Amino acid sequence: MAIDREQLLHVARLARLELRDDELERLGAQLNDILGAVSKVSELDLSDVPPTSHPLDVVNVWGADEPRPSLPVEEALANAPEREGSYFKVPPGGS
Amino acid sequence: MAEWEAVIGLEVHAHLKTRTKMFCRCELEYGAGENTRTCPVCLAHPGALPVPNALAIEHTIKLGLALGCEISPHAIFARKNYFYPDLPKGYQISQYEQPLCGRGALTVPTPEGDEVVGITRAHLEEDAAKTVHAGGATGRSVGADYSLVDFNRGGTPLLEIVSEPDIRSADEADRFLRLLRQTIVELGVSDAEMEKGTMRADVNVSVRERGEEGFRPRWELKNMNSFTFIRRGIDAAVREQIAAYERGESLEQSTYDYDPDTDRLTVHRSKEEADDYRYFPEPDLVPVEPPTELVERLRAEIGELPGSRIRRIEAEIGFDPAYELVATGNEPKAVALVEHGVDWRTAANVAMNQLAAITPLPENVAGLAEIVEARDSLDRAAYTAAFAASAEQGFDAQATLAQTVTSDESALEPAIDAVIAGNPEQVESYRGGKEGVLGFLVGQVMKETQGKADPKVVNRLLREKLQL
Amino acid sequence: MPPHGAGPVIDTLRLSAEEATRLLRDKELSSAELYAAYRDAIDARDPELHCFLHVCDDDGGEGVPLAVKDVIGTKGIPTTAGSKILEGYVPVYDATVVERCKANGLRVLGKTNTDEFAMGSSTENSAYGPTHNPWDLTRVPGGSGGGSAAAVAAGLAPWALGSDTGGSIKQPAALCGNVGLRPTYGTVSRYGVVAFASSLDQVGPVARNVRDCALLYSILAGRDLCDTTTVDLPQAVQLPERTDLKGVRIGVPTEFTEHEAIAPGVRDAVHRAIDVARELGADVGECSLPLSLEYGVPCYYLIAPAEASSNLARYDGVRFGYRSRNGGDRLEMYERTRDEGFGDEPKRRIMVGTYALSAGYYEAYYGQAQKVRTVLIREHKEAFERFDLLLTPTSPTVAFELGAKTADPIAMYLNDLLTIPSCMAGLPGLNVPCGLSEGLPVGLQLIGPQFSENALFAAGHAFETALGFDPVPLPLRGGRLR
Ligand SMILES: [Mg+2]
Ligand SMILES: [Zn+2]
Repeated sequence: MAIDREQLLHVARLARLELRDDELERLGAQLNDILGAVSKVSELDLSDVPPTSHPLDVVNVWGADEPRPSLPVEEALANAPEREGSYFKVPPGGS
Repeated sequence: MAEWEAVIGLEVHAHLKTRTKMFCRCELEYGAGENTRTCPVCLAHPGALPVPNALAIEHTIKLGLALGCEISPHAIFARKNYFYPDLPKGYQISQYEQPLCGRGALTVPTPEGDEVVGITRAHLEEDAAKTVHAGGATGRSVGADYSLVDFNRGGTPLLEIVSEPDIRSADEADRFLRLLRQTIVELGVSDAEMEKGTMRADVNVSVRERGEEGFRPRWELKNMNSFTFIRRGIDAAVREQIAAYERGESLEQSTYDYDPDTDRLTVHRSKEEADDYRYFPEPDLVPVEPPTELVERLRAEIGELPGSRIRRIEAEIGFDPAYELVATGNEPKAVALVEHGVDWRTAANVAMNQLAAITPLPENVAGLAEIVEARDSLDRAAYTAAFAASAEQGFDAQATLAQTVTSDESALEPAIDAVIAGNPEQVESYRGGKEGVLGFLVGQVMKETQGKADPKVVNRLLREKLQL
Repeated sequence: MPPHGAGPVIDTLRLSAEEATRLLRDKELSSAELYAAYRDAIDARDPELHCFLHVCDDDGGEGVPLAVKDVIGTKGIPTTAGSKILEGYVPVYDATVVERCKANGLRVLGKTNTDEFAMGSSTENSAYGPTHNPWDLTRVPGGSGGGSAAAVAAGLAPWALGSDTGGSIKQPAALCGNVGLRPTYGTVSRYGVVAFASSLDQVGPVARNVRDCALLYSILAGRDLCDTTTVDLPQAVQLPERTDLKGVRIGVPTEFTEHEAIAPGVRDAVHRAIDVARELGADVGECSLPLSLEYGVPCYYLIAPAEASSNLARYDGVRFGYRSRNGGDRLEMYERTRDEGFGDEPKRRIMVGTYALSAGYYEAYYGQAQKVRTVLIREHKEAFERFDLLLTPTSPTVAFELGAKTADPIAMYLNDLLTIPSCMAGLPGLNVPCGLSEGLPVGLQLIGPQFSENALFAAGHAFETALGFDPVPLPLRGGRLR
């Protein structure tokens, strides 16, 4: 199954990756190779096989509703690329 | 001209009442300084992992039981992937396949009989953080100069209840929502206050011709946060859809914002909006298999539900008052008064009016009931003041009961005569047929007697004298 | 040799962590001297090897030093996961495994190089340049944990923490000639470890011998309340003593030993190890895991990228890490931050994973891969009805030349052909060096059922003793790399 340029752009948008034209070219070709290789999984008829989303057989692990200390606000913001007061600052939404 | 009917389904979100967040143990505190209730988990720092809040899981199961939902023997969490600054992980942990609560129903009493609104599912998820849009003209994301994010609210446990499209009018939607809200509040799982943002709803509206099978494309009204706006939003959507169909247009499924100021719907559009959430099982969390003991304990904690109580009280005071009494949460006050001998109608009236914002202390209810029973013979101001006082310790019912009004006719006559003499114009117009003026004259007498007169007696005496 | 005149001579190339622990306990050595010895080794050799992305100063603590793969979060110490997108990021908390190491007196020497977000098999995908193999500087150390493996091999650390998703501990251990354990999924906390693929990631020890490996595992393992996917060990970790394999049933899956991709020198070394196993009393038999070998890699390259595409969504330039200055509105900021911050390999995997989860493709790709995973688990389970352990080569080849596979992602993916299947099944695997081919180490992979780490250590120790592999890289036996 080949992925075309339009699909590639759609997936890149979903993933929030702005791919430059040269990247689109290169990654597009590689992606097609990879998807071709992984499509091998569809050779098997597994209609009766249940999916595994986790290799561990454990259920019901919860934490009690008891507060624990939060980070000091300066630590919370220490890695922020941009801040204003005690807020994280981000560019505006597009039009 | 075709006869149209509305088809309405609701998605209700309510903040669960827990001390800590859904997947970390940061304390939830309304109004705390911005970003003071955050940690690596709710800031989605690299490597941080979620740990579900046990109480939030219990609350969800309890609500599911109250709605008669199937409780899933094997529920899983899922990731809903999209980008937004208020969503730190780039996905919301929610439930998709195998939610905690499957199909159920809410039986909504109406004057015409019970209406059963199907519940599709109820599941657990986490709320987004709060984004403040700064600068620009609109205060909205689009057109702002920049945005500021506060992650305190991010990760608040959120219950999502999805109804079937079983609702046929704004009135029904309103009744369903208010009953659901009251159920949630009584179960103790959420405060569900729209004004405080702890409850909100997405409303799906379409219309079809009566008798038509299937559904037409629906409009989704996002993040509605008042009962009034929900009603008006539904009305607006129904109106606009019918008009469009009658013009011969066809409609598409889309999302709208309702603007209460203009009573108009505007298309909710943003180029950031992802339309493919790529749900998949959350690999950082293990399944929930509700233990039988837990489910049974929660079931035992559920009392008689509001819908059935409305039916019981309806027999005493009629449908509308019964519905209002229960849906406003004032019913326990009325019941307390009834238990102390007050008749249902009076008790309901007092509970919804004088006691709407007041809860008498249990030890004061007996005295308050006496006062309510004696209301006609009591001084008005003293009677009114008694309600607020009944919420306090040291409430002295006897002191209020001692302040009776004068119904002695001979004692009231001079004041009445003085008022008649002093207001010739009003007297003239009453005699000319303007009955409404009587209220003004009664008020003047009450004023003259400093509220010590029995208004009923004053009323009768005034009528007698003015007929002369 | 160390420019340290006064202190005792510490041969960091041969000193085991166990012995170092004893020397400290018996006060034959001070913590400062030990730390300084490794710092000196790093100063001397790391400019050529590039094992470390960050080297710490002696904080004056007590205990044996430890190198930590840079995907593992360390409070107050930069953690980049080998990515530009985490440039300058300094965690505000320690990963649970780091906390446990510190609680046991271990001290962080530095952060080791890794393929970006642990995605790779050669460490060439690091945004900070590749690590070189101490056995041959023109060759890769394997990956993604090439920094940890090369550091341990070159005597820059007595032991190290790695992380393994599809072979990132075992494969570099094989290529650098050391012992590496990928533990049973769920026995070691992932809390604080930069996530690649959550249902596969496991932290594990890298060491110069099996006892050290077991010792470090005993510190790491056990349930963590911050990671709900962890469990307590059913039995305590035992340091191996026995040197025989009497009564141990070892299965050799023929597809794994005879695959065409396996280099002759690797196959020969593994066959010699099989002979040794028989001599040590093991009950060796053939078995078959045909679907695991054929479908393991495609299954992995759907599931791991799908999870990664979601795990890497948090790198958005809002709360930490890199933010592009070239964007106008928010969408541009996101897209440019991620375009400029991620290298090619994460981009490829994010794209594959996003596609595999997207509407219309989920069932055929991700859904189907989850079912294949069930098949792999079943196939391994069946094998363990007959055998206590499985034995295969770890890597189909010895260390390859730098740059040899960078242009061909699929060729690179096939390095993990033999390590991936058991990872998909959540099973533990141990790499033990079993000889040299072309002067480069060959690794033996021992795989056991869930929670069989003690059996792996016991067998690994017996092999190690019998094979007598010298873990000091040939070029360093004279003390110099060149
Ligand atoms: Mg939702
Ligand atoms: Zn938190």
